Amino acid sequence: MANISTLNTTAAGFDAVSDQVASGPRGRKPRRTLSPRNIMLYGTLFVFALYYLLPLYVMVVTSLKGMPEVRMGNIFSPPMEITFEPWVKAWAEACTGLNCDGLSRGFWNSVRILVPSVVVSIAVASVSGYALANWRFKGSEFYFSILIIGAFIPYQVMLYPVVIALREIGVYGTLTGLVIVHTIFGMPILTLLFRNYFASLPVELFKAARIDGAGFWQIYFRIMLPMSLPIFVVAMILQVTGIWNDFLFGVVFTRPDVYPMTVQLNNIVNSVQGVKEYNVNMAATLLTGAVPLIVYFLSGRLFVRGIAAGAVKG
Amino acid sequence: MNIRAFAAALAATAVLPLGLAKAADLEVTHWWTSGGEAAAVAEFAKAFDATGNKWVDGAIAGGGSTARPIMISRITGGDPMGATQFNHGRQAQELVEAGLMRDLTAVAEKGKWKEVIKPASLLESCTIDGKIYCVPVNIHSWQWLWLNNEAFEKAGVPVPKDWNEFVAAGPKLKEAGIHPLALGGQPWQANGLFDTLLLALGGKELHEKVYVEKDAESAAGPEVKKIFDAAAQARELSIGTNVQDWNQATNMVITGKAAGQVMGDWAQGEFQIAGKVAGKDYSCLPGLGVSQYITTGGDAFYFPVLEDEEGSKAQDALAEVLVAPETQVAFNLKKGSLPIRGDVDLATANDCMKKGLEIVAQGNALTSTDQLLSPDSQSQKQDLMTEFFSSTSMTPEAAQERFAEIISSAD
Amino acid sequence: MTGHAPAKRPNQLFRNLTAKIASIPMILIALGIFLGGSLWTVVYSFTNSKLLPRASFVGFDQFERLWSSSRWIISIQNLAIYGILSLIFSMVIGFLLAALMDQKIRFENTFRTIFLYPFALSFIVTGLVWQWILNPEFGIQGIVRSLGWESFSFDPLYNADIVIYGILIAGLWQGTGLVMCLMLAGLRGIDEDIWKAARVDGIPMWRTYLFIVIPMMRPVFITTLVIIASGIVKVYDLVVAQTSGGPGNASEVPAKYVYDYMFQAQNLGQGFAASTMMLLTVAIIIIPWAYLEFGGKKRG
Repeated sequence: MANISTLNTTAAGFDAVSDQVASGPRGRKPRRTLSPRNIMLYGTLFVFALYYLLPLYVMVVTSLKGMPEVRMGNIFSPPMEITFEPWVKAWAEACTGLNCDGLSRGFWNSVRILVPSVVVSIAVASVSGYALANWRFKGSEFYFSILIIGAFIPYQVMLYPVVIALREIGVYGTLTGLVIVHTIFGMPILTLLFRNYFASLPVELFKAARIDGAGFWQIYFRIMLPMSLPIFVVAMILQVTGIWNDFLFGVVFTRPDVYPMTVQLNNIVNSVQGVKEYNVNMAATLLTGAVPLIVYFLSGRLFVRGIAAGAVKG
Repeated sequence: MNIRAFAAALAATAVLPLGLAKAADLEVTHWWTSGGEAAAVAEFAKAFDATGNKWVDGAIAGGGSTARPIMISRITGGDPMGATQFNHGRQAQELVEAGLMRDLTAVAEKGKWKEVIKPASLLESCTIDGKIYCVPVNIHSWQWLWLNNEAFEKAGVPVPKDWNEFVAAGPKLKEAGIHPLALGGQPWQANGLFDTLLLALGGKELHEKVYVEKDAESAAGPEVKKIFDAAAQARELSIGTNVQDWNQATNMVITGKAAGQVMGDWAQGEFQIAGKVAGKDYSCLPGLGVSQYITTGGDAFYFPVLEDEEGSKAQDALAEVLVAPETQVAFNLKKGSLPIRGDVDLATANDCMKKGLEIVAQGNALTSTDQLLSPDSQSQKQDLMTEFFSSTSMTPEAAQERFAEIISSAD
Repeated sequence: MTGHAPAKRPNQLFRNLTAKIASIPMILIALGIFLGGSLWTVVYSFTNSKLLPRASFVGFDQFERLWSSSRWIISIQNLAIYGILSLIFSMVIGFLLAALMDQKIRFENTFRTIFLYPFALSFIVTGLVWQWILNPEFGIQGIVRSLGWESFSFDPLYNADIVIYGILIAGLWQGTGLVMCLMLAGLRGIDEDIWKAARVDGIPMWRTYLFIVIPMMRPVFITTLVIIASGIVKVYDLVVAQTSGGPGNASEVPAKYVYDYMFQAQNLGQGFAASTMMLLTVAIIIIPWAYLEFGGKKRG
């Protein structure tokens, strides 16, 4: 596939050395030539970008069409007449049973569930990862292995044991209970990431602090935390996505007046009133996905950097 | 993140229990979310609110399989809702046995349910050890063939009077570019279609032999073989209807893309909402026009045991409201189902509902397979039927063999 | 972690105590929920529990029935096909995209966001969108036909033979962005000297990737593998949203079998038996690996 000149160009690109890990593209500014290499490179990326963007395009376009136009068929054609009605309907009017106030009903509930769940699950997982990386004790790796296996267990299977456990400690049906559930199911992957990240930090720092007489918590708060912004961003992104999109726990562990947004989304998407209102479905989908999407757009760069640090150094 | 924020978050979670119910608010969970269904539930809510209590709606779309784990978790988790929809019959039995459901016998005696609820089998399936644990709210029957009259006109054939004529009209319909039979992809639809064929074409005796006595020999016999052959014909007629939900399939019939659908009487609600008139725009053939039997199943409400007294009182009030004649009429007209009591005036009922009422009045209502078989056996049957109806490669013989096996181990 | 743990100090036990106390939530979750819950599931898979868990034991009945169920067999086959293809494709595409992104391209942020955004959408949403794009009437097939190619046929969701690939298309769309990010991060972590040395030795780029860079990225591949594989085993929502297991039972998967038998058929015993088989498979694969990876290895 490659001729010699392509290889040389590519290799030359790696000339510039950057000591920073994952700090973005390394090396010189890209060449602005229409070389065969660049055509192939950007061509491939472009084709893939199309595959990824196509569904988003379809969603946006459809959500701006009226039902008669949707029914006419071509899902890829731009709307002839732009209407925001599906958005209004999805947000404020779509019915779930008797409640016709759309997604707006669940938005703040989702936020109320999201914030403590993200904070607590990340706090617990980061401390655990720190203990696993720097303060190994007898059996710690055994517990960790169990957690990793736990990542493979379908949530539904654990539903009854978790319901029973929460009932026994008396927090079933409370926000505390829901926060505990999200903490439990976020543990495996988060602990893996934190453990790997903390293990990748220079050992000398830890040793020096120990010699100075610093203890478990002192080192955690004074040394580890300040150095760990990227991995916390990664954990936050994973948790915000996971918890915001969760349907099963949100509905099993709460009551109707505090159902999260995904319950309304499910109800909008799954209640078929005559014809499926695809435009409303798509608008509801985009609205529900908006929060994690915004988090991505704002923190995309940190995300890669954080993952680099968390995943690379195993 | 700092410690203070973390501590504050912890404290916040500790003092904010989710949703403290007010004294007479009653949370009711159900899975009625389609157009006709939601309109019908609104009638219940309206009547209940009129008693001074408040109906807190907990609708969960996606049907029983989505809603049921939620309901069961809530009840076993010790945070039950005030009332919940459940298909009666065998599904809730264990919850009752575990003492998690409220005994409604007192309310039932006060309302003379035993006398007014018809057919009596409805209340029987709510009764365990002589006590009544649920409120049946409607009667649903599966054995209906819904036809779009216009579609047959277009194909140049008279509107069929029974299943056999319908099958005969198949080729003409196909020529006219109309799908003869609409069948949604959800497994329970294929299963219901089969049971309907069995009762309509095989008759009452076969139905009872197979599903009541669970006689594996008849299930493997020549009469059931005929049913499987008919099912294979139905399979042939339904090819190409690529929809999932039952009401999307019904919608194909409403819009004339398909000529007919075998579906329960709840399909009626969809025709109604679309503004179609029974007898003129569409026809309905109970028992597929072949036999005059229908099976009666239906929905029921259960009331989990609540700790607070106010809630329990509200439960009693709701139970009374659900059975009251006015609510029964209002609800069932919207839902397209039949009321559970014989003493209500359904003058406003349309042609199709009247046909159904007549059959019930004649005593030709049989117990539905949902009550005769455990959900487990039904699921196995569903797995088989959905496989059979989706792949033309499965022969009727092979399907029957597995069917007989399921029946022999059914409970 | 011998480097960190202060060896043979008199107050070691006391000092480790803080770490142990801090790890209590993790230990409780690991033992109480994941281990306890799994054991509970295994125990009850030997019962004939219906709607509620009940300790009336029936031996291996549930397992016999499980393995004689054609739906379960189909589910396993589907998971195998989906799992293997999904692993290969998401690794290959993820790595390829990451390698391309690492060529000092312009608009890197834009491309990265485009590749990653589907991950923000839930499977329910993903399934819905792709169900629609793959709809034969007004999706891709309909469009191509309306352009004049009448015989064009592309209806994976309605064709039992290829339906699992239709689900794969959607699954890859949702998941490869994250893999790309992980791989990109891994590539960025490779020391520049390696590339230099390889170039000095005259090793072609593809060989450098294949024989030098990829082996160095082992930890990334492992993290990625855990994340992808755990997602594959649990795949449920996507199938439900796209096909509900259909047509017929052509796209059934084990997690759906478990769920349906637990809550639809109200046969907890059968559902637990199926999940026990899933657990067993996962454990057989993971435990030796986890032991090698996390247990026996010493680090300084």
